[in-house]
Amino acid sequence: MNRAILDLWVGAFVALGFAALMFLAMQVANVSEEGTRGETITLRARFEDIGGLKVKAPVKSAGVVVGRVAAIRFDPQTYQAEVEMKVSAAYPFPKDTIASILTSGLLGEQYVGLAAGADSEMLKDGDRIEMTQSALVLEKLIGQFLFNKAAEGGSK
Amino acid sequence: MIQLLRTLGHLTVDGVWQVGFATRFLFAMLRHSGPSFARFSLTIRELYFSGVLSLVIIVVSGAFVGMVLGLQGYDTLQRFGSESALGSIVALSLLRELGPVVAALLFASRAGSAVTAEIGLMKATEQLTAMDMMAVNPIARVVAPRFWGGVLSMPLLAAIFSTVGVIGGWFIGVVVIGVDNGTFWSQMANSVDFREDVVNGVVKSFVFGWAVSLIAVFQGYDCTPTAEGVSRAITKTVVYSSLMVLALDFILTSFMYIGK
Repeated sequence: MNRAILDLWVGAFVALGFAALMFLAMQVANVSEEGTRGETITLRARFEDIGGLKVKAPVKSAGVVVGRVAAIRFDPQTYQAEVEMKVSAAYPFPKDTIASILTSGLLGEQYVGLAAGADSEMLKDGDRIEMTQSALVLEKLIGQFLFNKAAEGGSK
Repeated sequence: MIQLLRTLGHLTVDGVWQVGFATRFLFAMLRHSGPSFARFSLTIRELYFSGVLSLVIIVVSGAFVGMVLGLQGYDTLQRFGSESALGSIVALSLLRELGPVVAALLFASRAGSAVTAEIGLMKATEQLTAMDMMAVNPIARVVAPRFWGGVLSMPLLAAIFSTVGVIGGWFIGVVVIGVDNGTFWSQMANSVDFREDVVNGVVKSFVFGWAVSLIAVFQGYDCTPTAEGVSRAITKTVVYSSLMVLALDFILTSFMYIGK
C-alpha cells in the first residue's frame, strides 16, 4: 500500500483515538468541575455525625454547587468528625454560616449545605464553621418516632 | 496410573517451559525494539493493520453495547424511579469494564489472530529463516513492529469503544426513550472521576494491549511450521488472549477499585 495513504489513515486513527480520550475526559468525567473552578478557600467544620458523607461530595448553598468536600477526619479529642471543604473563593460566606449535612432526595447522595448568616465579617481561608447540624440518620429517626409513640401510648 | 502421572508431569513441564520461553521471547523482543521506533514506518504499517482495520468492528460493537446498556439500564432503573442515573450507569460500566475488556477481546480475535497467522505463515514458508540468513533479525524486522503496533493501538481502540458506547447509550436514553438530556450528562459528569475511572480504563487497556500482542506474536513465532500448526496457533492466540484478558481484568479491578 502507498506510504502516504498509510500515514494518512494511521494519523486519522490516532487523532480519532485522542479525540475520544478528550471526549471522555471533558464531557464524561468533566475535569473542569463547575462551581469549584478557579481559586478556592479551605473551610473546616466539626459534625457530631456525618452519616454517609464522602470525600468529593458537593458543598451546596441554596442548591447551587459552591465547592467540594476535600477531606474527612476523625478528631480523637472531641470524638467528632472534622470535614474539610474547598469552597470557591468567588462566593464569600459570613462568619455565622450554618453547615448542615443534607441528603438529595430520599435515597440520594449526601452533601454539605451552607446556609448563610447575617454577620458582616466573612469566613477566611482555613476558618472553622462553628454552627453545624449533623446528618439525619434514618434508623435514629425511626427509633425516636417509635419511642415517642410508645411514650404516648403509656401516658394514656 | 503411572501413565496418567507421566502425562501430568509432561504437561506441567511443558507449561513452565512455554512460560519461560515466552518471557525470554519478550525480553529479546524488547531488546530488538529499537528499529521499530527508529524506522517508525514499520510500526505505522502495523498500526494500520491492527488499529485502523479494527476500527469498524470496534465502532459497530461499541455502538451496540452502548445501546443495549441504555435499554437494560433504563429498564432496571425506571423500576426504582431513578432513570436520571442512566448516564452514570452507561458511562461507568463502559469506562471501567466493558470498554477495555470487550475492545481487547475483539482486538484479540480481529488483529491478534491476523498477526499470528502472518508470522506463522512466514515461519511455515521459511521466510523468517531466509531473513536470518541475510543477517536481518526477524524479531527486530517482523515481530517487534507488530507487537508495538498492537500495544499502541489498543488504548486508542478502547477509548473509541467507550466513546461510541456512551453516544449509543445517549442515543437510546435521550433520543429514543426521552430521558432528560441535561440530567443524563450532568449525572454522568458527577459520578465519573477522571483519575479513578478514565485513567484506570486507559491503564487497563494498555495492559491488555501488552498481553494480547505478546500472545499473538509469540504464538505465531512458536508455531509448528505446517498448515495445521498455524491454524492451531491462531486458535491458541484467541483462546489464550481471551482468558488472559479476563483474568488480568479481575486482578486489575481488585487492585484499582477494591483494594483501597
